[in-house]
Formats: sequence, structure tokens, C-alpha cells
Amino acid sequence: MLRSILAAVLAASLVSVAAPRLAVAAGEVPQPPRQKWSFSGPFGTYDRAQLQRGFKVYREVCSVCHGLNLLSFRNLGQPGALGYSEAQVKQIASEYKVQDGPNDQGEMFEREGRAADRFPQPWPNENAARASYNAVPPDMSVIAKARTYERGFPWFIFDALPFLQYQEHGVDYLTALLQGYEDKPPQGFNLPPALAYNKYFPGHAIAMPKPMEDGRVTYEDGSPQTLVQYSKDVSAFLMWAAEPHMEARKRIGLQVMVFLIVLAGLLYFTKKKVWDDVKAGRI
Amino acid sequence: MSGHSTYQPQSTFMKWMERRLPIAGLVYSSFVVYPTPRNLNYWWTFGGILSFLLGVQIVTGIILVMHYTPHADMAFNSVEHIMRDVNYGWLLRYLHSNGASMFFVAVYIHMFRGMYYGSYKEPREVLWILGVILYLLMMATGFLGYTLPWGQMSFWGATVITNFFSAIPLVGESVVTWLWGGYAIGNPTLQRFFSLHYLLPFVIAGVVVLHIWALHCVGQNNPTGIEPKTEKDTVAFTPYATIKDAFFMVCFCVVFAWFVFYVPNYLGHADNYIPANPAVTPTHIVPEWYYLPFYAILRAIPNKLLGVLALVGSIGILAFLPWLDTSRVRSANYRPLYRQFFWIFVIVCIGLGWLGAKPAEGGYVIAAQILTFYYFAHFLLILPILGWVEKTKPLPNSIAESILHEGLPAGASGPAPTVARH
Repeated sequence: MLRSILAAVLAASLVSVAAPRLAVAAGEVPQPPRQKWSFSGPFGTYDRAQLQRGFKVYREVCSVCHGLNLLSFRNLGQPGALGYSEAQVKQIASEYKVQDGPNDQGEMFEREGRAADRFPQPWPNENAARASYNAVPPDMSVIAKARTYERGFPWFIFDALPFLQYQEHGVDYLTALLQGYEDKPPQGFNLPPALAYNKYFPGHAIAMPKPMEDGRVTYEDGSPQTLVQYSKDVSAFLMWAAEPHMEARKRIGLQVMVFLIVLAGLLYFTKKKVWDDVKAGRI
Repeated sequence: MSGHSTYQPQSTFMKWMERRLPIAGLVYSSFVVYPTPRNLNYWWTFGGILSFLLGVQIVTGIILVMHYTPHADMAFNSVEHIMRDVNYGWLLRYLHSNGASMFFVAVYIHMFRGMYYGSYKEPREVLWILGVILYLLMMATGFLGYTLPWGQMSFWGATVITNFFSAIPLVGESVVTWLWGGYAIGNPTLQRFFSLHYLLPFVIAGVVVLHIWALHCVGQNNPTGIEPKTEKDTVAFTPYATIKDAFFMVCFCVVFAWFVFYVPNYLGHADNYIPANPAVTPTHIVPEWYYLPFYAILRAIPNKLLGVLALVGSIGILAFLPWLDTSRVRSANYRPLYRQFFWIFVIVCIGLGWLGAKPAEGGYVIAAQILTFYYFAHFLLILPILGWVEKTKPLPNSIAESILHEGLPAGASGPAPTVARH
């Protein structure tokens, strides 16, 4: 019995180990390298400084094309977010122009942003975006959860388990994608016009041109101003944007776990006591 | 089995009430003195766990509906509104989405337990068939619920599943149009799916009542598969079964909480965080994990109509299990051959699940075809034949004997201990 299970598991793992190898040989997408994140694991929290740097990168680079339409400025100052004070959030919001209206004359007007406003869209509608960028740049509010890559058997099972858990497929992919641009596609790759070659993008031909290079954004905290650092920071920021209550979730999770495990222990001993007579055959 | 109530109301009010609506007596006879076999193991706690999960789904679902908007243009953002702006909305939604998965984990364990111990055999056929109906209702509810966030996988999953009906000869296309409420999946589809998703859990709750009623009529099966004969073979539901159920339910909740708080999106699909877009088809359209074995069966067969028939048949065949299994011995503990085939069947189901998540091409299809054949052969060939050819082990004389005198040969048990029963 046990032997047949083992044989089946072994056979299945051989098939699945062989499958990705073949895929790589056929010139498919490599797996994004795994990064170290402050927010991974059961006790992970966001690195505020990293989120603030990532926000700066988003603001100065990504936001030209990509919206963040599920987020409001006030989200930046929430608990578990970027660590900005109320005044700082107001200041950031006021640096944006927001369309409001209609006013008493029935006209739309522009005003300074307020904390409650959503991040403004970079383009008026999808057709306008398509006209200027050749594609609609996806909204970035949940992109860190909307992207992933296959890890294959048996790794995908380990990813769910305590101590081994790995839930950062999305951010790792984004980080890799931003660093995955190559000026010249490899020999024999037929790159369609107006597209760029990216090592990590499925199919490799990506509509987004290489968005940034070393030194593009100035950091005030002395962090390296390199593409590697930018891509990590902005990916972390996008992870927060996609999962703004992650810190509360993990904190409450720990409380719930402790409660449940203690309760299970108490119930176990109660059960044992109740069943003692039955086990001994006295009932 | 439970006989009539031995409930004696104490207070004046309860005496007054009992003469008018004997609900306390019903609860007392069903959940307090109701006799349960004394040898039940932890695999028997999943019925209670499933009832608890149904409650969790209904409660979280009702609160989610207060914040959700069932409209094709707003559904996706309203789910994100729940995740971001509603107090503990992320918790409600992750409880509900992972709760559905936990529901299926529990139901699969519950079903495999029934298969291992032959719980579907006479006189429990109706109990088993009600269970199959519950499972079908769960699948429908789960599918409808997965469309509600109106992400890419919601939209394309709904497209694939509703297209099954187009395989029906002559009227197929009309049926699909009728289901969609239009010529493509759109807002009318989402709204009716939402309505039905809200309705079905209450239908499930109703059938659960029938399922428990049938259970309390025939009594629980047990690991030996022999019926309780004397009082010695059973213990009262309370405190014995209640405390055991409670302990294991909390253990199950630890797993549930792990998923909710630490890996909440693991069982979902990244594509469902992309808003539904009829113009863009995802590279792999994959249903939720709990449908994967059936999805593999569907795709194993090249013909659409036959594929859908195989899919329906693979679930429908479960209802005939009580008559397909010809063995008179219930429990696999006493069926050395069946026990091996049972585990092979479990592996085949898991294998089909894995193949269901793989693209339908090359070796995957051939593997799925082999496993699909085996799946049906298990029910249509192996089970009927095993019942005739298998040499079963001798059964113990009673449940009490099987656990109190382990190691002694059958019939060699000493006189029953004389300690009074509770």
C-alpha cells in the first residue's frame, strides 16, 4: 500500500521535474529570482522607508502611464501603510491636480487634491491610452496579486506550508520584469515593431518600453540609486497597494492562532478526561 | 434508532413549552442522548465540521452582500472596496473565499471516509444519495460564487462551464442563451448568478436537515461496519461525540486560519485580480481546485458532448455506489483487497486533479484518459467484481468487543463488565 503511494508520488515528481526542464530548453520564460522581502513570512511587516522610496519611483516613473485608481491619498497614512502623518498625506495630495465638479455654473474644474481623493488617472479613457501608448497600461492597484508564475510540482505544495510559505510570486515577478529588459532580442527571436524584449515577460514581446535605468530617481535616504533597488522598492510599494491590510492580517492571525491552539489543547484534555471511562471499558 | 424522547422538562416554562412545541425534546433526543458507536474515529468528525463551515459561509456571505454590488461594471471594484475600506472586510472576504475551499476539503474527506468504511451500504443508501445531492449543490454554489468578483477567471470560468450546456443536442444553444440572459456572458448573467448564489446555501441547509434526519433514522456507521447490538456498543452523543467533534473542529480551524491569515490567495488564481475582459482570453482557463478532477475528465474526451456526459457521469455514478459495491462487508478494515483499490482510487482522483490544472496537450491528455478510464472502472468493474471474489477477514462479534478485547480471538471475550452505564 505505502509502496504504491510512494511509487505514484515518485512517478509524478519525475514527470513534473522533467516538464519545466523541457520548457526552459524550448526557450520559454525563466523563473524570476527569489528576492528577500521584509513582508514575507507569518511575522512580516512592510519596510516603511522602502514603501516611501517605492512610492517615489511610482510617482516619478510609473504614474505617467499607470493608474492606481483603487487607492486614495488617505491610504498612504493608514496604519500598516507608508508611515506618513496626516499633514504629510495632505501635503502629498495637494501636489496633485484633481478634476471636480460640476460647479454652480455646470462646469468641471480642477482643484488641489485632498486626502480623500483617489489617485488621478493618467489618461482620460482607454482609447486615449491606446492611442498614445499602443496598449492600455494596466492599473497597478492590485497588480502585485494579479501577476504570478508557475513553480511546478512539488514546490507549489511547499509554498502553502508553515515555515516554507512563499506568497511573493507576484512581487518577485514584477521585480524581475523591471530588470528583464534586453536591448537586443536573442538571435532568431522575431520582435514585432514597437515592442520591447523582456526576459521574464510571457512571450517576451512587451508593449511597455524599458521604464527606467540607474540614477533615474533621486533617493534622499542614501539608498543606492540603481535599477535593481528601484525595481525592488516599487514592487514592495505595489505589494502594499494590493494588500494594504496585510500587517493587520498577520497580527490578528497570530492572535487567532494562539487562541485556537490553546483552545484545542484544553479541549483535548477535556476530551481525554470525558472518554477515560469509555476507553477503560467502564462504560 | 433514537426512539422517542426521554426528555423530562424541569422548569414550568419548559413543561408548558414541551406540550406545545417539543423542540427541546427533539434537541435532547437528537444531540444529547442520541447513541453513537463508541469506536468512531476522528474521520467521523467531518459531518460536524461541514455544518460549522456552512454556518461560516452563510454568516460571512450575508455580511459581504451588504457591501457587494452585483453589476458587471462595479462588482470587481466593490470586492476591492470590501478588501480596502470595509472594517475587517479583508477578513470577511478571505474567510468566505477560503471557507469555500475548506468546505470542499472537508467534504472530500467526508466522502472518502464514507467510501472507505462502506457507509453508503444498506440501510444508508438514502443518506448517501442525499449527500451526493449536497455535493452537487455545493459545486453549483461554489461555481456561482467564483463568478461574483468578476475577474478574468470568474468570467472565463463561467464561459467554459456554461458552454457545457451547448453540447446538448438541438436545444443546447438556446439553453445557453437562456442561462446567460443574452447572447454573451454579461451583466444579466452576473445578476442571476448572484441571486442563485444567495439562494443555494439555504437549499443546502434544507438538504442538510434531511441528511441529518436520515442519519438519525439509520444511525451512524462505524469503523467495524457492523451495527451496534447492545447499549455497550454505543455512547451518548453528549458529552462523548460533542467534545470529540469540538476538539477536532478547533484543530480544523487552525488549518482554516492558516490559509485565511497567512496564505489567503494560495487557493485562488492570480488572474482573478484582473477585471473581467471579454476581449482577452487568459492563457490557461483553470477552474477552482475542487473541480479539477472533473475538469480533467471533461478534457480527456475529445468529443464535446461525450466529454460533458463523462463529467456528469463521473459525479452521477456516486449516487449508484450503494448498488455497484456488491460486497456484504462494509468496512475496508475487513476487506484487504478493497482497501488497496480504495487507496489507488484516492491517488487516481488526486492525479486527475493535478492533470486538470495542466494544459490539455500531449502526454497530459493521454494520462488523463488513462485515469478517467480507471475512475469509471473503479465503480463499474472493480467494485462489483471485488464483492464476489474478495475473501474478507472475519468480523468481530460486536463493536465493544472490537475495541475492548483487541488481540483476543473472536468469541473469546470475557463476561461483560458489570459497571452501570452512565
